[in-house]
Amino acid sequence: MIKTGVLNFDVKKIRDDFPILREKVYGKPLVYLDNGATTQKPKIVIEKLEEIYGKKNSSIHRGIHFLSEQMTEAYEEARDTVRKFINAESTTEIVFTHGTTSAINAVTFSFGEKYIRENDEILISEMEHHSNIVPWQMLCERKNATLKVIPFNDNGELDMDAYRKLLSEKTKIVSVTYASNSLGTLNPVKEIIRIAHERSVPVLIDGAQIVQHGEVDVKDINCDFFVFSGHKIFGPTGIGVLYGKEEVLEELPPYQGGGDMVDCVTFDKTTYNELPYKFEAGTTHYTGAIGLATALDYVGSVGIENIIAYEKELLDYTASKLRAIDGLTLYGNAENKICVFSFLMDNIHPYDAGMILDKLGIAVRTGTHCTQPVMDHYDISGTIRASMVFYNTFEEADMLVHGLERIKKMFEK
Amino acid sequence: MSVKKVQETIIEEFSMFEDWLDKYDYLIELGNNLPEIEAAYKTDEYLINGCQSKVWLNAEYRDGRIYYQADSDAIIVRGIVALLIKVLDGQPAQDIIDSDLFFIDEIGLKQNLSPTRSNGLVAMVKKMKLFALAYQASRGQ
Repeated sequence: MIKTGVLNFDVKKIRDDFPILREKVYGKPLVYLDNGATTQKPKIVIEKLEEIYGKKNSSIHRGIHFLSEQMTEAYEEARDTVRKFINAESTTEIVFTHGTTSAINAVTFSFGEKYIRENDEILISEMEHHSNIVPWQMLCERKNATLKVIPFNDNGELDMDAYRKLLSEKTKIVSVTYASNSLGTLNPVKEIIRIAHERSVPVLIDGAQIVQHGEVDVKDINCDFFVFSGHKIFGPTGIGVLYGKEEVLEELPPYQGGGDMVDCVTFDKTTYNELPYKFEAGTTHYTGAIGLATALDYVGSVGIENIIAYEKELLDYTASKLRAIDGLTLYGNAENKICVFSFLMDNIHPYDAGMILDKLGIAVRTGTHCTQPVMDHYDISGTIRASMVFYNTFEEADMLVHGLERIKKMFEK
Repeated sequence: MSVKKVQETIIEEFSMFEDWLDKYDYLIELGNNLPEIEAAYKTDEYLINGCQSKVWLNAEYRDGRIYYQADSDAIIVRGIVALLIKVLDGQPAQDIIDSDLFFIDEIGLKQNLSPTRSNGLVAMVKKMKLFALAYQASRGQ
């Protein structure tokens, strides 16, 4: 095993926490490099869900009985765990959603209804996931507003000069990703937010690809909205978070009506519940929220500093190995990036390569990664993407490289 | 050779491969050997768009039989395309309509023809049959 210089970090021990990593596919040990799509779950999260359904399940906020009260308390504790994890001021700022996509849609409907008018401009970037493009496009269609796009350079870094020029008195909101899911770029979000705030423009940060890799401090970066998904940070699927500054959320109308988001209902008028409940219509995914909190606690126990330090070594190692493969082109060479590698090999279709890697037990993603405009930027139809997290190893990076060398030989014949 | 007989030959061929990589090696070879579709048919009109890979398909009718030309931008997909053509090319329209493509399952390529793969192959099989149906319909049979 290759020694890492990171103290207090034993990747072998960490892998033992994730039962699925011991699985075999086609009789070969699973090499899971598709963490950008979803991450695997530590047994502590799996056990938590089992415990809830086996011993504690009950709907929250409505029963007077023991189980309901206990579950409600656990749900609200989960909200506080999320608050601490992203360093929000108050739990009133933490809304549970189904995921990142549903959180962005919530903002486009609620914020959009309140503030977006004809000819207004919404500013996103060229490297956004479709989930941070399409809801804004739909809003623009509803309101006759205009979508503007911050370009990136060929290394995959946002053009900050273009950004400054695109901001105008018409700009009503900026929505950009913290980290690109297809290029791996870590964007200078603090600077992006500071510049927008000079013009009093609020900023939404798509945190789907940052929470599992690095420290998030919503107070420090000073974003107005921050969204992320549970399943990408070792938690259950179907749960996500919408953080909004209290004074911002306070002004926004609810975007969905129904149970638990109301205060008082008559046929003449309904008054709404207070924050954050006015944004949580219907029975929430409380088991998911508690599972997510368990995952966040787990990440905390591994230590964000350890994760950042280890992944930096893994990133440098894997990048240098991939670059050494003749005929391989890496897309996304930003100075600051997460452990994501998008690449192509000369004359080999990414789908062909993905199929063969699969049979070698190596799980990657191929295609556009829900970022078609990024592919258009480079005029390619897709890439192979290997996305790693802290349970991935240097040996797995080697296995990927060996797999790719083997594929090259198969196609050279 | 009947649709069934061609499939049996393919199954026999594939039974010799010991592991997956050998199968893929063979599919790559088949893909490389498949004649390229004429440029006139490598257009959007003949494109079956999968999210992951593209497939182009054209058919011609002669004496009650259907002749196919197809292509893909991915080589392994092209290899599978070549197998589908081998099985259905030059067969009577009715046989194509009635065909049960059991060889796909037998040689372990079922995954590749699952609708969730979105590589254009499922749509291709459907379209191959549709060509045969359209031909039968045009003859009023």
